[in-house]
Amino acid sequence: MQGPQAHWLADGRRLHLNHGPIDLIVEAFGEPDECRAAYAQAVDRFQAILMELVNELPELRLPAFFLAPRDFEGPTARRMEAAVIPLAECFITPMAAVAGSVADEILTAMLAGRQLDRAYVNNGGDCALHLDENQLMTVAIAGTGNGMADRVTIRTEDGVRGVATSGWRGRSFSLGIADAVTVLARTGAEADAAATLIANAVDLPGHPAIGRVSARDLAPDSDLGAQLVTQSVGPLSPGEAARALDNGLVVAEDFRRRGLIAASALFLAGEARISGSVALAASNKSPGKEVAHA
Amino acid sequence: MSELAERFETHDPGEKQIAEKIRCDACPVMCYIADGRTGACDRYGNVGGRIVRMDPLTILDHAAETGAAVVPFVAEGEAWNGELVNTGRRFVTAIGAGTTYPDYKPAPFIVSQEVEGVDLVTVVTEGIFSYCGVKVKIDTDRHIGDETAIVRAGGEAIGHVTTGEYGSQMVSLGGVHHLTGGSKQEGRATCDALLNLCNRKPVELTIDGGATVIVEAGKAPVIDGKVEHRMRVGCGSATIGMFATQWCGLVDEVVVVDDHITGVVSEHQAGKVLGWEDTGIKIIGRRSTPGRYFKVSEPGLGWGGTSISDPLSILGDWNAKKGARPGLSLLMVSTTGEQFAYYELDDDLKPVEKPFPERLQKSVGLIEDNCEPALCTVLFIGGAGGSLRAGVTENPVNLTRSVQGLKTYVTVGGAPVYVWPGGGITLMVDVTRVPEGAFGYVPTPALVAPIEFTMRRDDYVRLGGYEGEIRSVEDILARGGEYLNPRSNTGAPVNNPWPPLAQLRRAAANGAR
Repeated sequence: MQGPQAHWLADGRRLHLNHGPIDLIVEAFGEPDECRAAYAQAVDRFQAILMELVNELPELRLPAFFLAPRDFEGPTARRMEAAVIPLAECFITPMAAVAGSVADEILTAMLAGRQLDRAYVNNGGDCALHLDENQLMTVAIAGTGNGMADRVTIRTEDGVRGVATSGWRGRSFSLGIADAVTVLARTGAEADAAATLIANAVDLPGHPAIGRVSARDLAPDSDLGAQLVTQSVGPLSPGEAARALDNGLVVAEDFRRRGLIAASALFLAGEARISGSVALAASNKSPGKEVAHA
Repeated sequence: MSELAERFETHDPGEKQIAEKIRCDACPVMCYIADGRTGACDRYGNVGGRIVRMDPLTILDHAAETGAAVVPFVAEGEAWNGELVNTGRRFVTAIGAGTTYPDYKPAPFIVSQEVEGVDLVTVVTEGIFSYCGVKVKIDTDRHIGDETAIVRAGGEAIGHVTTGEYGSQMVSLGGVHHLTGGSKQEGRATCDALLNLCNRKPVELTIDGGATVIVEAGKAPVIDGKVEHRMRVGCGSATIGMFATQWCGLVDEVVVVDDHITGVVSEHQAGKVLGWEDTGIKIIGRRSTPGRYFKVSEPGLGWGGTSISDPLSILGDWNAKKGARPGLSLLMVSTTGEQFAYYELDDDLKPVEKPFPERLQKSVGLIEDNCEPALCTVLFIGGAGGSLRAGVTENPVNLTRSVQGLKTYVTVGGAPVYVWPGGGITLMVDVTRVPEGAFGYVPTPALVAPIEFTMRRDDYVRLGGYEGEIRSVEDILARGGEYLNPRSNTGAPVNNPWPPLAQLRRAAANGAR
């Protein structure tokens, strides 16, 4: 069994941390000494993070209850629970926020006592960001070619420190059919949890072109149990894709109005919807778009 | 206990029987994986009821014995094909090979190679070592803890301080009792520490009633936050012997402070032969022979591995009748030359520290120059158990006999090992000679280490080897193994001999050819 691994990527600039399913790309910007110390802190914190999660895995795979947080021991587990609690009106387990929470936890460890201009921890597309005063970071997102910019620029004053993407084509299971839902939120954990639920809501219940399989049959210990997860999406008519996206947009708008996320972009079959604005949109075509600053 | 039985302990009884689902033990998450799917990591999957590993199998390219690691030249008649190293000398290591668990079946790779006209076979597997540990040599005279004191990592007992060696403290870590004989946390902490030490990562060890030491193979030890730079040149008495002539005429008295034997030049044989005059010095300690004192202080982190921070504390009153006089000069120095001070006796015959004189700098510098850099050395020690040996031959004792009879050359990740005489195959290897990241673990807990057995093909067949499973290096490069993982070529560590050739030469030296 492999223990935690830390390596520099071939560019000698970015740190790659891997342990089991956790796969992080880490980069810090600032004074070289501060960056070095931050990388060391990230590696140090990384040593135990998977074991801490594994220790509480059975409970983390159980659904959260709306506004009734459970008491977890591990700091990452606590982040996961905190991120899903406001969303737990419907089915959600802390596992929906695991990737973003790990990113947040490592980023926090990197920043302790350090002075960095910028930093990010990218956990397979779910990112935690750090921006010092008057900084900006450009993040690439999927789903381009729909009149969307393929880059999102996040500035210090936006208050966005988490970016996450969910969809049925990704590594985690989805109950919905979105190709991708990208969310900008205050933390990686909050973005991750919200992206999961918005992607679940981009759906056409009962549609014959959608192949669904019980999560348990695919991964016997999945937190989704017997729920049907999307395994294939056949051809959809433009009207159907629009309907599915609008189903998701209702949830996205609800989250945004409640202040749970800053913005989101939903993609399906070459169409897109935008909720909120952090310079996410290059065009103004999307019906759900509102100009509102996060 | 067999490795097989131990592996089952980490699972609930009957778990393995769940149809078409297997539990992956590649990481602590231990996913159940349905047939045809991958686990949460996407890198290990269930292919037809077997865990398939996507990590590459490591194949070492041995450079020519000139020592250069990367040699873009034609060698051994093989035209350079654009690869960075001479590909004439390949060695399929067990790194990434997988194990034979849970079946007693042939090892994952049995590789044939012709070397100097002799057909050789290398049997390659990853061994699960429930009986294993590390021996750590810490170059320091500082007292890090009493013999048999418990050594801890993360608060858990993982080993003990063992008998010290010349200039070094020795620590023995791991072993089956700490791995599986204690609490779950103890086993986990032990496994973590062993794994990190073997993979050349730093590990913080705390010793009951002693010091906290950061150990990293091939690096200087850090003892109670202080980096140890040098080994002592010798004990205090030996230091006097080596440097007495250098001091003669420059100073009236020299005391070399040492935890083991503190030396006094005016009383020491080395001083006597130079006609050194008595100084009336009095050392508080147990006199062994003239000029040599045991136990001037408790062991500690001060001067020369003692607990002394003020060296004058080991001196009694100076005796005028035996030569003490105002103005008499005294050098006090530790066995590494790192601590030194210069004194002169005042009118009351009390030593008073004076600026260190230029004339003595050279001798103190010489002591320091003669001290070798202090390092931590980590040797992995493990015993090859039943199922591992059964993967090599149908009659496991034959393998033991062949290893003991020097007919089989054992390597760990291609690195040479020391095999203990006596029964079984208990081996030790310097972890700095093993390619990086070669060691793994299973949740038993136990370590996983690559192990390769190289021998003549006819010997292999004779000892009951799996002749039908022998494959060529080229075939393995092209097709991989049962675990279907990709292959990765890496340069072999420069100082490791190419195992097939090492076995051939050894056999020749023993007249076995």
